[in-house]
Amino acid sequence: MKRAHLFLALRYLGLLSILAISIGPFLWQFATSIKGPGEDVFVPDFIPDDPTFGNYAAVADVVPVWTFALNSLGVASVNVITNCLGAAMAGYALARLKFRGRRFAAVIFASSILVPFEAIMISLFLVMRGFGLTNTLTAVVLPGAIAALNVLLLRNAFLALPAEVEEAAVIDGANAWQRFIRLGLPSVKGTLVVVALFSFMFSWDDFLWPLIVLSDQEKYTLTIGLAYLQGTFVQNQRLVAAGTIIAVVPLILLFLLLQKHFFRGVGEGAIKG
Amino acid sequence: MTHRPYTPWLFLAPGLAVCLLFVLFPFLNMIVLAFTDASALGGGQFTGVDNFVRMVQDPKFWVAARNSGLYMVGVVPPLVLLPLLIAMLAQKIVPGIGIFRTAFFTPVIASTVVVGLIWTWLLDSRGLVNSMVEALGGSRIPFLTDSTLLLISSMVVTIWRGLGYYMVIYLAALANVPKDLHEAAMVDGAGPVRRFWSVTVPSLRPTMVLVAALSAVNGFRVFSEIYLLSGGSGGPGGASTTLVMLIQSVGRGLTGEVGYASALSVVLFVILLGLLLVTLKLNRREDQL
Repeated sequence: MKRAHLFLALRYLGLLSILAISIGPFLWQFATSIKGPGEDVFVPDFIPDDPTFGNYAAVADVVPVWTFALNSLGVASVNVITNCLGAAMAGYALARLKFRGRRFAAVIFASSILVPFEAIMISLFLVMRGFGLTNTLTAVVLPGAIAALNVLLLRNAFLALPAEVEEAAVIDGANAWQRFIRLGLPSVKGTLVVVALFSFMFSWDDFLWPLIVLSDQEKYTLTIGLAYLQGTFVQNQRLVAAGTIIAVVPLILLFLLLQKHFFRGVGEGAIKG
Repeated sequence: MTHRPYTPWLFLAPGLAVCLLFVLFPFLNMIVLAFTDASALGGGQFTGVDNFVRMVQDPKFWVAARNSGLYMVGVVPPLVLLPLLIAMLAQKIVPGIGIFRTAFFTPVIASTVVVGLIWTWLLDSRGLVNSMVEALGGSRIPFLTDSTLLLISSMVVTIWRGLGYYMVIYLAALANVPKDLHEAAMVDGAGPVRRFWSVTVPSLRPTMVLVAALSAVNGFRVFSEIYLLSGGSGGPGGASTTLVMLIQSVGRGLTGEVGYASALSVVLFVILLGLLLVTLKLNRREDQL
């Protein structure tokens, strides 16, 4: 029994040290963001003498940080909707409908997964210029609007739906769209949550593509806006810190909200895969 | 007939349109452009393999390719091993485990840019890490201004952010390791270290290969970490530039050399595909064992 207690104590010791390594940098950034102008930010002190949220207001005076945040939120929200809907439709057709050319369609999606974004980004910029879309948020959304990986994830999820349920619906006269909406979508809710969360995170996180395709400051998303803020106001770390905290809080809230689904969804995928 | 012949294509249309227009067409176009002298303004004459000849003679290419390769070699072993150890710590359901798991995952949720900026501040010449170094009696370390240290610092950031991500993959895999294997080993008198090497590691080998593949591919395509830690410059004299950074700086903007950037992209694609094929082969060998 005593040995078990010792092991448990060691386990908590290990967990706590990794906790410190994972969270410490965020706490330091937060501490920096609430330090007033009179306090030396270089002194390694996690608890400010005179905490203030003034830097959060001040960062908006030097760059339009709330516009950046709105741009990011818009891009990420559209990305979630197009990915959930578009990938579910395509996944449903691949899994549940029989038609000529199904293999061909599956090959298109599978080969798209193999193309790394970094290899096509310059060529993709030319495509956007061809459409006259450079320096627009539409161009930021489009390349990731329906990710091939999500199509295949949802195809696998739809395959798990028992055939008898759908046969019954066919006898009742439901057409493909009705079956997709009433039977298909509710049965893949878990996968949809994972797709939604990953789409949001991917889009909110995206740095390289907006950096290439956007040029006007008022179109910036948060990621390139923050890099610009750091490049221009590197002397005032309090402002950069406040900007990064603004960028990270929505994601942490979203994750805490969907956390249960996330760890479950990831577990399911792993067992099936 | 349960549906009209064209109905499936209506379901597929949006997804196919995105993949064809924004993935496969640019991909084919990149291969064509790689053999031209196209500029950002358009046009471009067929120039054969000129771009590739130029690449071989371009010292910047070799620096960038070496850095990407070193980056991959540097991040893979820690990313295969450390998240596994963390997953084993976080595997057992003890009070508060949910809080720990979520906390370990926080660096993954925070975007790469946020993480990059946080570490730029931590590793600043007068930042928190150097304060601690000085408090311990050392002298300040130029984490961000020395080209080698900049590469190593960026690797640390990648590894730090990867801990939580790969932990989740390992947690899912650990849940599938049969319990009776551990019990049988315990009956045979194997201690925890012995059980780790002769039960856990062999049953997790496919997952470890997967993590190695993912972290190798992601390591080779590194961009954001080095870009942010160097303030966009790629280190002193560009000595820490990676292949993706080189493609971005060559191909971007009004003076972009699209043809040469496309040739560099072809090389990047071939290397990444090669990494993937090697992994698949390794995986198949595992299956036969």
